[in-house]
Amino acid sequence: MADSIFNEMYDDGRVRPPYARLEDWVRAMPAALRAMKQAEAEALFRRIGITFAVYGEGGDPDRLIPFDMFPRVFTQGEWLRLERGIKQRARALNAFLLDVYGRGEIIRAGRVPARLVYGNEAYEKAVVGFRPPRGVYSHIVGIDLVCTGPGEFFVLEDNCRTPSGVSYMLENREIMMRMFPALFREMRIEPVDGYPELLRQTLASVAPARCEDEPTVVILTPGHFNSAYYEHSFLADLMGVELVEGADLFVENGLCYMRTTEGPRRVDVIYRRIDDAFLDPLCFRPDSMLGVAGLMDVYRSGGVTIASAPGAGVADDKAIYTYVPEMIRFYLGEEPVLRNVPTWQCAKPDDCAHVLANLGDLVVKEVHGSGGYGMLVGPKSTRAQIAAFAERLRAEPGKYIAQPTLALSACPTFVAEGVAPRHVDLRPYCLVGEQTLLVPGGLTRVALSEGSLVVNSSQGGGVKDTWVLAE
Amino acid sequence: MILSVSHVTQYRYGSPVRSLVQSLRLTPSVFAGQRVIDWAISVEGASRGASFRDGAGDLVESWSLRGPAEAVVVRVEGRVETTDLNGVLQGHRETVPPEVYLRATRPTLADAAIVVLARQVADQGGEPLALAHRLSAAISEAIAYRPGVTHAHTTAAEALAQGEGVCQDHAHALIAAARVLDLPARYVSGYLFSDAEGDAHEAAHAWAEIRLPGLGWVGFDPANRCCPDARYIRLASGFDAQDAAPIRGIARGMVPGAGGESLDVTVAIQSVQQ
Repeated sequence: MADSIFNEMYDDGRVRPPYARLEDWVRAMPAALRAMKQAEAEALFRRIGITFAVYGEGGDPDRLIPFDMFPRVFTQGEWLRLERGIKQRARALNAFLLDVYGRGEIIRAGRVPARLVYGNEAYEKAVVGFRPPRGVYSHIVGIDLVCTGPGEFFVLEDNCRTPSGVSYMLENREIMMRMFPALFREMRIEPVDGYPELLRQTLASVAPARCEDEPTVVILTPGHFNSAYYEHSFLADLMGVELVEGADLFVENGLCYMRTTEGPRRVDVIYRRIDDAFLDPLCFRPDSMLGVAGLMDVYRSGGVTIASAPGAGVADDKAIYTYVPEMIRFYLGEEPVLRNVPTWQCAKPDDCAHVLANLGDLVVKEVHGSGGYGMLVGPKSTRAQIAAFAERLRAEPGKYIAQPTLALSACPTFVAEGVAPRHVDLRPYCLVGEQTLLVPGGLTRVALSEGSLVVNSSQGGGVKDTWVLAE
Repeated sequence: MILSVSHVTQYRYGSPVRSLVQSLRLTPSVFAGQRVIDWAISVEGASRGASFRDGAGDLVESWSLRGPAEAVVVRVEGRVETTDLNGVLQGHRETVPPEVYLRATRPTLADAAIVVLARQVADQGGEPLALAHRLSAAISEAIAYRPGVTHAHTTAAEALAQGEGVCQDHAHALIAAARVLDLPARYVSGYLFSDAEGDAHEAAHAWAEIRLPGLGWVGFDPANRCCPDARYIRLASGFDAQDAAPIRGIARGMVPGAGGESLDVTVAIQSVQQ
């Protein structure tokens, strides 16, 4: 198996040019220095307080996610193609959302089944017929990618609600620059530190039409007990906007206000990091203490913008995922730049039969699951585990989808014995507002145990800095 | 028929509230069966905020109030001209796709007994309209009208098991049963004019709508074993009672945890001579 895995550092046994300098760097780093640097990096992370689990995966919120100092490198050419594919996907997902809450053309055309969309729990009846500013529903699209060979990328999943982890992208870079300034002097690495300001501009660009002054943007957090609270406050700081909780906001006269020491201040754009269900107890869960009573009425009448828009989650469901290439063709008239992983829908009897017959070779996931829980990785499972999973699959086939196990690429990673290849994925953060923007970088997650394909931080995954080289 | 409505809802708080926000759907639906002659909503001491027509066709109005307040009164007065369309919601403008209403919520989740009831009705065959009528009749049979035995959070399954309930339970059970047969169904809240001396509880009414091929949405009222006619005024719809509630509100107390809330509702509906 090891022979067939693509190690991103090598091509035909030779070090690829983007990694040439790093090869020297590693060779020149004695084990003692490496250990010292690793300890320094951890101390920096601890001091900054960045200890939350990525992507709401649960687990111990105070556990430090392992940081691997060996960066992952993309050439400008590789990145340009990724960028084109990511932006294309973000545009198509937004076109889909605007459509399914509007006329539903893609469904009328028979390209996506009505029930899959309208019967979906994430489809919000409360926003049907509403056109958010600039027609954007998902303002921050996190697209999870894996690589299987030179230039061969697959999209694993889309995240249209509130993808987290971007603070790791920023912090990993910050720490690498502090620890290895020479590398940054010698190599031309595209910066990522413009992200917070681009995010602020993106959010300001979707202020409601009724906002006449410079828009007031806030970040709405569930509070300090939330595992991603650090990221919320970190972004608010870097963006220069207020971090608020539900109790800090109120609605009156068709507008939304924030309580300040100088009296109420109108809020135009809310970057919410809480789920739809908790946004407004009058519209969604009446027991929610995290939201703002009456917020949805203000939103629906154009008094405030909520990003991502309530209801955006219907585009990133694992069952909808299969149709994203179709969305790209339907709305943009283009061929998808990035491929989907072939997916079997266990809800379909034929697909389910195929999956049951090939469980040993497939990865089976819950349609609504996340964080690597409740999934079966066929090739890594015992016969008994597979048999037990088959029972669950037969009982509720509609809950599952299956995909082939991809030969994920690996990147050189520091391990106890030195440097060894470990599997990686990538999450870039695409911003959609007046423009569609992508900073050259993202979050690379790495499966730290040998041979493991699961990069989730709750399952022993770590993170790496991700470099895009300038021409 | 011209119906005049006077609907007063009074909330009293055990200790004064600091603020109150309400989202109201208290305006009659716009469709061929009803025409508003005049209609006014007021919330004493509160200011009117956002207002819009949602995807289901309901007119939503927000009101907010800054306390301290010990009580709040929501007053609805108006006249509506109604026409009997045999329950058909003709000419109603809405954009929510019917498939959305195939989704079960907690109170409308079909348990084994509801599935059996629905399947037994379906086994008799017939076209969808006849099926829906029989389904509504079966719910009327299975749940006897009896106030006071169920509460706001009783589910369709519980009401059926109990065999007794009020209009809310009838509507929930019919919705659950219709969805078993793959028919989109929803909850409707409104008013009912009763010829006899109707009490307030009967005047504020609820029923179900089922989506039928060729006809669109059609109302069924298992509590009264009929389809909505000129005696009915339709206000709002939703997945279930909570989702279709004409008044939703939240009060924030001055003293956390203190006091409580008491509710007093009077609804008077009269037929006005033309």
